[in-house]
Amino acid sequence: MSYLYIAYAATWLIHITYLVTVFRRYSRLKKEVEQLPRK
Amino acid sequence: MSAPSGITLVTLTKDVRLEWRSKDALNSMLFFALLVVVVFSFSFDPNAEESRVIAGGLVWVAFLFAAVVALNQTWARELRNQVLDAYRVSPAPTNALFLAKAIGNFLFVVVLEAVMTPLFIVFYKLRALGPAWQLFPVALLGTWAIVVNGTFFAAMSLRTRSREIMLPLLLFPITIPALLSMVEATTTILVGDPSTSAKFWIILLATYDVVFTTGCLALFETVLHAE
Amino acid sequence: MKKAFPILGLLTAVLLSYALYEALVVAPQEQTMGDVQRIFYYHVPSAWTAFLLFAINFLASVLYLVRRNPQTDKIASWVVIVLAVLTCIGGYAFRSALPKDVYPSSVATTGIAIAGLYFLLRKYFSEQGTDILALTTAEVGVVFCTVVLVTGPLWARPVWGIWWTWDIRLTSTLVLWLIYVSYLVLRRFSTSGETPVLAAALAVFGALDVPLVYFSIWFFRTQHPQPVIGGGGSIDPRMLHVLLINWLAFLCFAFLVCWSRYRLERMQRDVEETQALEALLEPGGHVR
Repeated sequence: MSYLYIAYAATWLIHITYLVTVFRRYSRLKKEVEQLPRK
Repeated sequence: MSAPSGITLVTLTKDVRLEWRSKDALNSMLFFALLVVVVFSFSFDPNAEESRVIAGGLVWVAFLFAAVVALNQTWARELRNQVLDAYRVSPAPTNALFLAKAIGNFLFVVVLEAVMTPLFIVFYKLRALGPAWQLFPVALLGTWAIVVNGTFFAAMSLRTRSREIMLPLLLFPITIPALLSMVEATTTILVGDPSTSAKFWIILLATYDVVFTTGCLALFETVLHAE
Repeated sequence: MKKAFPILGLLTAVLLSYALYEALVVAPQEQTMGDVQRIFYYHVPSAWTAFLLFAINFLASVLYLVRRNPQTDKIASWVVIVLAVLTCIGGYAFRSALPKDVYPSSVATTGIAIAGLYFLLRKYFSEQGTDILALTTAEVGVVFCTVVLVTGPLWARPVWGIWWTWDIRLTSTLVLWLIYVSYLVLRRFSTSGETPVLAAALAVFGALDVPLVYFSIWFFRTQHPQPVIGGGGSIDPRMLHVLLINWLAFLCFAFLVCWSRYRLERMQRDVEETQALEALLEPGGHVR
């Protein structure tokens, strides 16, 4: 039984980790974009 | 078709001659393969029965790693002397260059295999119980499978960081069907169980070779110009 | 278009939750394996999604390669049409040679769908867009493939007592994962100016390899049989229903993830282009 929940949790852990990396790159990029016109 | 095959022959002769004089690649390959054989032999105590089952895998892993040593330096000489730029600009068909490199590598690895096989037979007390002649098509088709893709991926890895790691990283996953076929065919022939046959594996190897030789020839020009 | 994203996100979340409920509560309990079998409702849709994403990656890579040259572009379009027609005809002509559950109409539909997808991509994605699409689908495909490779052993362990078996499906998925991870590594480590071309060539090779991988492992397994994880055979229609709902939910989820990744990559490239232009136009004429 517990294997079932671990499997489901692992699935979402993998997906959320990936989404977090995408989001972090996105925020970093946004900061760079803000710096552009000032140059 | 005389022009492309002429170029192929010329480039091939040049490579073989250069290699014969320096014997760089051959020596490093041989020594590497020998090391692998010795290290493997420490990991298990080969009696004739067990060796036959495991030897197929060991032999091909050793040859694969040694082939990578040769493949890594395939284009190094060309890079050093800006030969690739000359090739890109010349009207010569790039496939001729690719074939020359691939056949050159093929010859080097086949020489390696010819030298190493007696050593393997001695170290692991091998004797083929099945049709031993079938080992020849397996060896030739299998070596070509590794070499043709290896030469292509070596060209692809030219401009990458960690070039020496990139080649095996790209090559190994793609060659898995060929490796599986080689290992299984060799094991089937060595073990010699009359109910099994290596024919399916040999046909699969031939198919693999046809598919990927065509793919490499079709895409090499694109890859060369993309460097 | 951008406004649709939060709404679609919410809908997808609802769909995923509903699918989860179906999987955990509504679906009937399997006789031999018990509740652990419910991993199936996450394992299989993830696999199908990954395969679909890799197929799109293949189409995008081929498209990218052929569109560099107007001649090859034309030839490729005709080849795609011819292949689709041949698939339709072949599906019916060789009806007797098809495996048991495969109908000629599905073969024909698949052929037409793939051709249609090719032309859709060709119409709506620019050259750079095609490359970004290839990168996106490869990355998200690897994520889903990882899920398959993690849930597989988690299912195998309680049911068969072993974490891994070199059965055909798990092994093929592992090789597929390896091929596409090597694709992503090439993308990241290549310092060539034409990385997209190299990556596209690698993707084509990978796709060519897939049937060979499958056949080699299939024959290997007939020689050395081992437990097949996930079993074959027919499926209870109620289970099929839950499976399809989960697949739909994951497809929507994959679509949104791809869309986000695509936008991120596009933005990244625009920023890099702007930065490069700025460097060129800097007063004082310093060209980096």
